[in-house]
Amino acid sequence: MREAFNKFDNLAMLWSIGKDSTVMLWLARKAFFGHVPFPLVHVDTTYKIPSMIEYRDKLAKDWKLDLVVGENTAVLKSGVTFPNGKATRVECCGTLKKDALRSVLDKHHYTGVIVGVRRDEEPTRAKERYFSPRDKNMEWNVEDQPPELWDQFKTDFDKDTHIRIHPLLHWTELNIWEYIERENIPLIPLYFANEKGERYRSLGCYPCTFPIKSQARTVPEIITELRNTKTPERAGRAQDKESEDAFEKLRRDGYM
Amino acid sequence: MPDKVQTPSEQLKIVIVGHVDHGKSTFVGRLFHDTGSLPEGKLEQLQKIAERRGVPFEWANLMDALQSERDQNITIDTAQIWFQTKKRQYVIIDAPGHKEFLKNMITGAANAEAALLLIDASEGVQEQSRRHGYLLHLLGIRQIVVLVNKMDLAGYSQERFNQIEAEYRKFLGEIGVEPKMFIPIAAKHGDNIATISANTPWYHGDTVLTALDKFNVLDSPQDQALRFPIQDVYRFDARRILAGRIESGRLKVGDRLLFSPGNKVSTINSIERWNAPVSTEAGAGESIGITLTEQIFVERGAIASLESAAPYELTKFKARLFWLGRAPFSADKVYKIKLATQEAEVQIDSIERIIDSSTLETVARIEKFVGRNEVAELTLRTKRPIAFDVHAEIVATGRFVIVDGFEVAGGGIIAADNYPKRSSDSLQKSHNIYWSQSKVTANQRALRNNHRGCVVWLTGLSASGKSTIATELERELFNIGQQVYVLDGDNVRHGLGSDLGFSQEDRAENIRRVGEVAKLFADAGVICITAFISPYRADRDLVRTILKDGVFIEVYVNAPIEVCEQRDPKGLYAKARANQIKDFTGISAPYEAPLKPELELLTDKLTPSESVALIIECIRNRAVPAADWDI
Repeated sequence: MREAFNKFDNLAMLWSIGKDSTVMLWLARKAFFGHVPFPLVHVDTTYKIPSMIEYRDKLAKDWKLDLVVGENTAVLKSGVTFPNGKATRVECCGTLKKDALRSVLDKHHYTGVIVGVRRDEEPTRAKERYFSPRDKNMEWNVEDQPPELWDQFKTDFDKDTHIRIHPLLHWTELNIWEYIERENIPLIPLYFANEKGERYRSLGCYPCTFPIKSQARTVPEIITELRNTKTPERAGRAQDKESEDAFEKLRRDGYM
Repeated sequence: MPDKVQTPSEQLKIVIVGHVDHGKSTFVGRLFHDTGSLPEGKLEQLQKIAERRGVPFEWANLMDALQSERDQNITIDTAQIWFQTKKRQYVIIDAPGHKEFLKNMITGAANAEAALLLIDASEGVQEQSRRHGYLLHLLGIRQIVVLVNKMDLAGYSQERFNQIEAEYRKFLGEIGVEPKMFIPIAAKHGDNIATISANTPWYHGDTVLTALDKFNVLDSPQDQALRFPIQDVYRFDARRILAGRIESGRLKVGDRLLFSPGNKVSTINSIERWNAPVSTEAGAGESIGITLTEQIFVERGAIASLESAAPYELTKFKARLFWLGRAPFSADKVYKIKLATQEAEVQIDSIERIIDSSTLETVARIEKFVGRNEVAELTLRTKRPIAFDVHAEIVATGRFVIVDGFEVAGGGIIAADNYPKRSSDSLQKSHNIYWSQSKVTANQRALRNNHRGCVVWLTGLSASGKSTIATELERELFNIGQQVYVLDGDNVRHGLGSDLGFSQEDRAENIRRVGEVAKLFADAGVICITAFISPYRADRDLVRTILKDGVFIEVYVNAPIEVCEQRDPKGLYAKARANQIKDFTGISAPYEAPLKPELELLTDKLTPSESVALIIECIRNRAVPAADWDI
């Protein structure tokens, strides 16, 4: 993260409000000794679970964050979204997240964007680099990625490209929770089991995200649960399953 | 904090390499299945996909999750996946064996602590088996186990296994690699992966899993010499924090640190962390910040060490290098080297030997270049001194990458040689061999120099410290490769202003002339430092107006007159008090302090080094993007 801050004039961090990007935000505060010296971009699909937004605004205030919110107003107005408009899940992700993100990045001319993806989430993410270039159409060239040796990253790039920086790439879901426990990071309560015995393992928009059955009410209980589970983390995320390579297509086109 | 924090899982990173089609992905799929690490439903999902496509299910599909790979049946990039044994968690880096994708294999392997090398029992040792073995060595991986795969196709023959082991051991021995063991396996059927196979009754060694658990997690080297490369210098609040990760050794508050290159020394005042227990010590592997007792000028790239065990600081060194770039590494071109957090321009000085990494034979070539996928022993020359270590002694500061244009195109390790310990006599003159017939623009000058021209205007009373700061600043900027020149008050008056006296009018004319000269210097791309009392605000403001915005940096060198009078190195105050000098600023002539200087230095409180550091920081903070460098 310090490498990115040193190398990019116009840097931003994506903050989804989820546990990963909140851990990443915490790491930024660690790296910069309590400060967050760049803006945080949150792409608001307006379908996010309402308590996520409350939590976002509270942290932004408490931690003195420079918050930039992006949304795809055109599509939201036209109503071509899932499930009520005439859009599939994947199309909906495409317009509300991907296109909204692109327009925020264009508007602010960010040349570097810090993103909290992890290799263990999903197979295509496993192929990512820590510093991963995107061309001017935000496309990811999976077949021809730069070599990454010994913490030396691609920090020289053409002015038409921008770089995604993935500080959490090698973290596992378990690592995330172990770190949350060690650092005592405040998290949104949706991750913990409610009275009905359900909790969210991964957060997204309410029409496409479903909780899992769980009795884990505390961070240590979640760690124990994870050490014994075989269900994938994004199992509650419906858009991944639309077609065999739905998620890969989203990523090539610039989804996080 | 919670009462009891669970111990984090131990993790070991292993890379799996080998020739294309020797069954790496199949092996990984099988390993996953046999350790019970598959997510629920994944196997069934992939079996169903295979069925739908009407092709037989392949274990390799598990790793080769990308569409393009499923079509070509080769691993394009390095994928990483995780599995767990009773002992610890493993991260598997599956590196592609195809020659085209060597750079991905290297990316994968460079991050690993141990390696599994697969060889197809029926095909035997192939080009990539040899090349990968050599590269693992070059990348510094010493824990290697060789898996002889597809034993089923070789009839589980002990003779075949022994033959391959002998051949490959001989090759590895030549490059100084000693594999921990050879294991006969058949990944497709799971032989000797999690359990000893009945098909190889003649084999009495470890299974893959027990072999894995015998690897060691590499600790950060706490007991080596301290190397703390500076990533950046932060000033978010009152603290000036030097941030970085300790690569080796330990440091503590009160240690005297030597910063290389540049040979500057200061003492650790505090160790900075956020949301962590306060401690006066830190060791290898920790990302920390430090503050110093004396605020000397240190920037990204400097490597802090203890004075007793400093890194080398030279412009020439020997290295072993592998080249991945599409264009060859040519002796006729200037590249960029990145070593720890340092960057410098670099060129091939001489090529000792080019090696075909699969045969280990020397490539005969007259032209001076290293081609794609070749390995070379060579001498590199940097434009300015860089700090480094020999790789065999300190790993993190003994390896580097070469950048060609925008791409990381090669990497290497620094070989041992009779390097002199310090570099004052090895400083080389820069070679300004590039001349242009056409008009050179300010922008071109700035791009060449890596900074634009400007005027650092020091103003203040006589004996306030202007000349001292000017000469130290000049030395400092010169050392980091910048174009810099000092216009000093006394010197200018000997020639340029020899017809002028010290009346208000003459002083105004003197400053005007100096301003015009400084402007020419800035135009020429030079950082021009002026050290003149320049007591009148109007005179200084006039210079400001003849320069473009941001080019004039007014620095108020402020020391109380009593302090200046006490210093009085030239005895001028004494003479002025005795009325031997007329119109002496501060005594018999006014000094109009700047109203809004770019920087004010209280030199009765700051050391010259600290003042210099503040000025350089001020210049940096005012730097504009390269595209706007026109003056």
